[in-house]
Amino acid sequence: MNQMNLVEEKQLKKDLPPFRVGDTVNVHVLIREGDKTRVQVFKGHVISKRGSGMSSTFTVRKNSFGVGVERIFPMHSKMIKKIELVKRGRVRKGKLYYLRKLKGKAAKVKEIR
Amino acid sequence: MVEGLIGKKVGMTQIFSEDGSVVPVTVIKAGPCAVVQKKSEKKEGYSAVQLAFMEDKLSKKISKPLKGHLDKAGVSSSRILREFQFDDSSEVQPGSQLFVDIFQEGEKVDVIGTSKGKGFAGVMRRWGFHGGKSTHGSRTYRKPGAIGASATPAKVIKGRKLPGQMGHQRVKNKNLQVVETDKDNNFLLVKGSIPGAKGDYVMIKKAYFRPEKKSRKE
Repeated sequence: MNQMNLVEEKQLKKDLPPFRVGDTVNVHVLIREGDKTRVQVFKGHVISKRGSGMSSTFTVRKNSFGVGVERIFPMHSKMIKKIELVKRGRVRKGKLYYLRKLKGKAAKVKEIR
Repeated sequence: MVEGLIGKKVGMTQIFSEDGSVVPVTVIKAGPCAVVQKKSEKKEGYSAVQLAFMEDKLSKKISKPLKGHLDKAGVSSSRILREFQFDDSSEVQPGSQLFVDIFQEGEKVDVIGTSKGKGFAGVMRRWGFHGGKSTHGSRTYRKPGAIGASATPAKVIKGRKLPGQMGHQRVKNKNLQVVETDKDNNFLLVKGSIPGAKGDYVMIKKAYFRPEKKSRKE
């Protein structure tokens, strides 16, 4: 596996914030419209992190005007300009899929003080 | 120009292309390969070049006849020799080395190797047959069913798909795109999968079907 690292290392991001499942993050996503590019911020809870190295991804869930929206991002994608850690959440599970069934106040993640 | 190299499969990963999309790639340690022998139209009846794959760790366990053959070209040690087509005009001499840079990024290559062995496999695994019913009193679970007609032709037609050895055979994956070449580490990254397990030897050739080359028979 040593030799594989030589290939992957060049593409891995080294400046990722140490965010965990349950945290609230701002993901700055590059969006291409024709020949123009702009940055859009996707803010929500991290409900899952999986994989290792180049193939790792994370899922962010947010509530957009009453509709739940989830996006899965490759951790080291070039389309992500920045990930900001907004709030730390206190959770007891590795995957927060149970949030999908909850609404309103019940779907809140407690913040770490 | 020599048309190919010997390589060793390192593994698979994914990288991001310029537009941000994910590209699955196989990493091959391609070369360096030393030229051991040149075969000519005059002497052997066909022109080819015999290459030896140079390992990081040189093997000491090689037979004396092989050692003698390698010594002739001044190659210290190698476990694997393969022949490649080439045109006589080039200045490749026995003893000289070839590196990944014979391939360019964006070029198409064929990768030839031995697929992973699956052993003696039944008809469902080997050919994707549906098998029989699992319930309703059925007793044919994974069998092929009928394999031919009756008194005419009174034999099983050749080529009938039946159980047998699956895998561990020569496989060529054609027209794989070269994504990256890394001369420092002798890495060749091709898009998609290649036959064999990690650490298996493969032959990498420039693609047989090339758009600019319309007919090969000319």
